[in-house]
Amino acid sequence: MSDSSFVRRPLIYTFSILLCCFYLPVTQASAPEVEIGISEYTKTDQEHSRKRVKKESKSTTDHTKLKELQGPFFSGPEVTKVCLECHNTAGHQFMKNKHWTWDYKHPKTGQHLGKSVLINNFCTNARGNEGMCAQCHAGYNMKDSDFDFTNQDNIDCLICHESTGTYYKTPTSKGNKACSVMFEGKPAIEWEKVAQSVEMPTRNNCGKCHFYGGGGDNVKHGDLSSVLFDPPKEVDVHMSRKGEDFTCVTCHVGEAHEWAGSRYEMTVNDKHGTGGKPGMPRETASCESCHSAAPHPIDTVKGIKLNTHTSKVACETCHIPEIARGGVATEVDWDWRTMGKLKNGEGFKLKEYTQGDGHHRATYKSIKGSFTYAENLKPMYAWFDGTMNYTTIDTKFDVSKGPVDINSFSGSANDPDSRIYPFKRMHTTQPYDKGNNTLVYMSLWGDSDSALWGNYDFGKSIAEGMEKNGKPYSGEWDYIETYSYWPVNHMVAPKEDAMKCLECHAKDGRLSHLDDGSIYIPGTQKNELLNIIGLLAILGTLAGVFGHGALRIVATRMRKK
Amino acid sequence: MSMNLIKMVVFKRFERVWHWTQMALIFTLLFSGSAIYGVHSIVCFADAVTLHTWAAIILIALWMFATFWLLTTGQWKHYMPTTENFVQVARFYAFGIFKGEHHPYRKTYRRKHNPLQAMTYLLVKIVIFPAIWISGIPYLLISFGIGGFLNDFGLANIALIHTIAAIAITVFIIAHIYLLTTGHSFVEHVKPMVTGYDDVELTDEELAFIKTDEPELLKDS
Repeated sequence: MSDSSFVRRPLIYTFSILLCCFYLPVTQASAPEVEIGISEYTKTDQEHSRKRVKKESKSTTDHTKLKELQGPFFSGPEVTKVCLECHNTAGHQFMKNKHWTWDYKHPKTGQHLGKSVLINNFCTNARGNEGMCAQCHAGYNMKDSDFDFTNQDNIDCLICHESTGTYYKTPTSKGNKACSVMFEGKPAIEWEKVAQSVEMPTRNNCGKCHFYGGGGDNVKHGDLSSVLFDPPKEVDVHMSRKGEDFTCVTCHVGEAHEWAGSRYEMTVNDKHGTGGKPGMPRETASCESCHSAAPHPIDTVKGIKLNTHTSKVACETCHIPEIARGGVATEVDWDWRTMGKLKNGEGFKLKEYTQGDGHHRATYKSIKGSFTYAENLKPMYAWFDGTMNYTTIDTKFDVSKGPVDINSFSGSANDPDSRIYPFKRMHTTQPYDKGNNTLVYMSLWGDSDSALWGNYDFGKSIAEGMEKNGKPYSGEWDYIETYSYWPVNHMVAPKEDAMKCLECHAKDGRLSHLDDGSIYIPGTQKNELLNIIGLLAILGTLAGVFGHGALRIVATRMRKK
Repeated sequence: MSMNLIKMVVFKRFERVWHWTQMALIFTLLFSGSAIYGVHSIVCFADAVTLHTWAAIILIALWMFATFWLLTTGQWKHYMPTTENFVQVARFYAFGIFKGEHHPYRKTYRRKHNPLQAMTYLLVKIVIFPAIWISGIPYLLISFGIGGFLNDFGLANIALIHTIAAIAITVFIIAHIYLLTTGHSFVEHVKPMVTGYDDVELTDEELAFIKTDEPELLKDS
């Protein structure tokens, strides 16, 4: 096998571990089945080892020839040390990056955010479960919440820069013994080979974590799935090899290990990146930064008209008509209430959803509860100004007001900086602190007798999760419904597949709920009174005319008699 | 004063071209406009918008010419409201028509429309059509991204006026077409707008004047 056509079999193992949260073994059987055991990470059914056409490197340095990289190396930090000898500012740069800090202070809301503190409505909290979750921390040895963020030797350069596809990470601590099978049978990492392979990050590097957020392929975002490793043009016009063949960093541009694109504070209305002249700054991951705010050709009425949409409608709204395309489903509902069912004292999985690419997805897992999936899903739409507000562990909510928004956002029709934006909405039923009306940190991973995964007891798991992190817990928990909202930006369809006018300009169209008087959308026929008046006027006139005509005919006949 | 019933040109060539172009454009606008409003989807929304926009631009240009023509030729006088014969004509449509009476009105040189007709056309010209362009032009400006100054008034209100005016035009057209059947025959009524010629009652003086000054208006000259 030549280098270029080399099928990266070891990647299968890589991912089996990386995708710790849930992945499905290859099943030849076509019927869904029950699988005993909670560890599903030994195999994955994803073809991550798809052939990658490696482009000729344009770098001025061939890292395979550097004597510093000849090794021998026995661990990641040893490699990092060598990297930082030459790239002697990279460490300082990267230690400010969210991929390292897991920490973010929102400049507008002042909220303290980041993976290290937030709670979501998937696996809930990384905090306290770093032993498992930190596989997607761009560092080494984050075992618990007391990680040393000042030691640059623990930066994981390779997870983002290696290009062999043989590099993998394992949980930093062992979980319950039922999970231990996850660490077995992995080929040792060839550190020298991996270290010498470094290049600019490819979609394989980013996708390893970002396509699997929430515990599995496309679970979280809906618009970020393993399909994007090698998407057909219909799924992603930018990333497809038949399209532009972009990598993630083609759009998520940046300098000094800080790059554009943040969910916490989004750019929904890019004024900075639209200079459009060569050499102008574009450290922004917006559609406008390449396409401008008036991207449609102005030689037709349609083009002119579409351009005037851009002051109200985000590009994504029309150009990503559906998410979870290309055969990989996304999760839309997670019900923790069914967690903990066992067969013969053992956890199990039910895989009753068959997605577009033929693979079975777990609809039940003893460690997590029940899941509902969707594919080719129409997003929900709302006004969005880019600012996200989070329900954090410290936020008290009013249970009587219905489902809690894990993240909510601002924006309105009257705000010139807001746009109508597409979101994936996730619904979950998850535990909360009934006495204090707050969300909870759960202890999921670990070898204690309270960790949920292995012990299946919410009460103990919450008590330990809250106590370990110094948060007050009333001792009483119950279930609460939550929503989270995930802005949709990826899986841009080719222009001929963009949303058709009638999707919105119609009665009960996709945006009908936004046509509340604050904006006017032709074709939605929202003004019922006008419809009635119009109909009465026209039918009335017709009736008058036909009545008059009929009378004339009758009168003429009577005269003839 | 003796009267002569003479076949002569009532509708000048410009007037006829104006009328039929306007008819075609208004039907195009009603068809595309109702597609935009969502009444039907015979054409796709984008095509309906394109059609509507172009038809509107052409109609605006046509109206500019027509207004200029009406003002400069003095033809506007035909549309001035009058009470003369008004009651007789109204009575005819309400009663006489059923009794087989003849239409009480004859076209004259100075009044080619009957008083009811003249009043309706005047209403169309000064209320309904202005309503359509007073709302349509701002709508067009907003469509072309140069209507920012209209934001306070709101597209919804503009569209409301536009839709109401369109309904009024539809009502007018229904009545207008129906009234073509109220004479001798439908064809008889439409013909003058095609050929230009109709029977007009002329006084001797008018006839003499036309024979001298505008003989080309007379059928047999």
